[in-house]
Amino acid sequence: MSGDAVKNIIFRVQRYNPEKDERPHFEEFTVPVKHGTTVLEGLLYIKENLDSSLAFRTSCRMGICGSCGMLVNNNPHLACHTQVEEFHSNKLTLKPLPNLPIIKDLVPDLTTLFEKHRSVKPYIIRPDEEEMEKPAAEFTQKQKELDEFLQFTYCIKCGLCIAACPTSASDKKFLGPQALGQAFRYCADSRDAGQDQRLAIVDAEHGLWNCHFAAACSEACPKGVDPAFAIQLLRRRVVGSAIGAAKAHTPAGVVAPQTETRAKVPVPEFTVKPK
Amino acid sequence: MADNRPRENSLGIAGWVWAGNYTLERYLYLLHRVTGLGLILFGIFHLTATTIFRVQGEAVWNATMEFLNNPVFMVGEFLVVTAFAFHALNGLRLILQELGFTLGKPVPPIYPFKDAIRRKRLWTLVTLAAVMVLVVFFFIDFAAGGPG
Repeated sequence: MSGDAVKNIIFRVQRYNPEKDERPHFEEFTVPVKHGTTVLEGLLYIKENLDSSLAFRTSCRMGICGSCGMLVNNNPHLACHTQVEEFHSNKLTLKPLPNLPIIKDLVPDLTTLFEKHRSVKPYIIRPDEEEMEKPAAEFTQKQKELDEFLQFTYCIKCGLCIAACPTSASDKKFLGPQALGQAFRYCADSRDAGQDQRLAIVDAEHGLWNCHFAAACSEACPKGVDPAFAIQLLRRRVVGSAIGAAKAHTPAGVVAPQTETRAKVPVPEFTVKPK
Repeated sequence: MADNRPRENSLGIAGWVWAGNYTLERYLYLLHRVTGLGLILFGIFHLTATTIFRVQGEAVWNATMEFLNNPVFMVGEFLVVTAFAFHALNGLRLILQELGFTLGKPVPPIYPFKDAIRRKRLWTLVTLAAVMVLVVFFFIDFAAGGPG
C-alpha cells in the first residue's frame, strides 16, 4: 500500500450478544483502509457506517488507556496501536481477549484482572501508617533506585499478557503476569517496606510458582513492561528471603523540609496589580 | 430474559498448545511439557518392565527382551534419550533464569521493546546447541548399535 491508496480489507469480527446469542459467531465487514489506518479506526468505521450495534472498548486511541486489547489474527494487540497493513493480509480476524470472560462482542470482563491486581497490594506500604496516609513530604529516591523498577511501572492493565499466558489459560485462579509483575514493581521500590506482606501473597498456591517462563506475556506487552522478567526477579526475592540471603532494606526517608527560601521574583511594573 | 453473566472464554489446555506467532521460548515451553510427559510415561513403562517382568524369572525376562528388541522400540529409545537431553538442559536453563540469573537488569522501555529473555537469547541458543551436540552423540552411538 502506498500513499493515500484505499484498499478494502475484510474485518471478520466475533459477535456475541448475551441477550440473543447462544454462542459467539463471526460477521464480516468490508472496511476501506489507507496507509497507516489502525485496527481501531477500522472498528470505528464499522460502528459509524455499517453496524452501530458492534461493541468494543476504546478511549484514548494512543496506547495509554489499555481499553482496546483484543485478538487480532489470533495474537493479542491493542487495536489503536496496531496498523492494518502490519498483517499483510486482506482479511483480519478480531476476537475478544481469551482467558477473560466476554461481556459482549469484543468487550472482555476485566474484573478478575483488577481484583488480582488489588490483591497484591499495589501501593507503597510504609511502617508508619500515619506517614503513609498523610505524608508530610515526598520520599527520597535516587535515579539508580528508580531504574531498578521503572520499566515495570508502565503497565496499563490492558490484559494482553493474561491473554498470552498459557498458565492463565488453564488456571483461572492464577494471579497472572499482570498482578505478579506489579507485585515486583512495588517490592523493588526503594520507598516501600511491604515486601514481606506481598511475598506471602504471591508465594502461595496459584501464585508465582505457577509461571513456567514461556515469556509470551512479555512478548505481547504493548508497553515493554516485561512481566515475565519481573516474575523471575520476584522469585529471586522469595528464595532469597526464604534462605535468609535477602539484602537488608530500609525504606527511603522523607525529604528534609526546606530551611531557606529564596527571595520572591519581583512582580514586573507593567503587571496589573489586584486592588 | 437471557442469562447476562459474562461468557467464559478461557483457552484451557488448548492455551498450552496454541502458541500463536510467539518466538522460540514459547515453543520451548511446549516442548518442555511434552518431553516431561513422555519421560514420565517412559519411566512407568521402564519400571514395569524391570520390576514386574523381572521377578517372574529368567524366561519371562528373556521373552520381554526379545519382544523389545525391534526397530520400533530402538527408535523409541533414541527419542527417550533425546527428550532426556532436552528436558535436562532446558530445565537447567529454566532453573537459572527463574532465579533471575543470566537475564541482566531492567532497562528503560524504549521502543522497539525487547524483553529480557530476548536480550539474552544467547543463553537459550547455547542450551539448544548443547542439546544438539548430545543428540548427535547419541545418534552416532545409536547408529553404531548402541552400548548393548
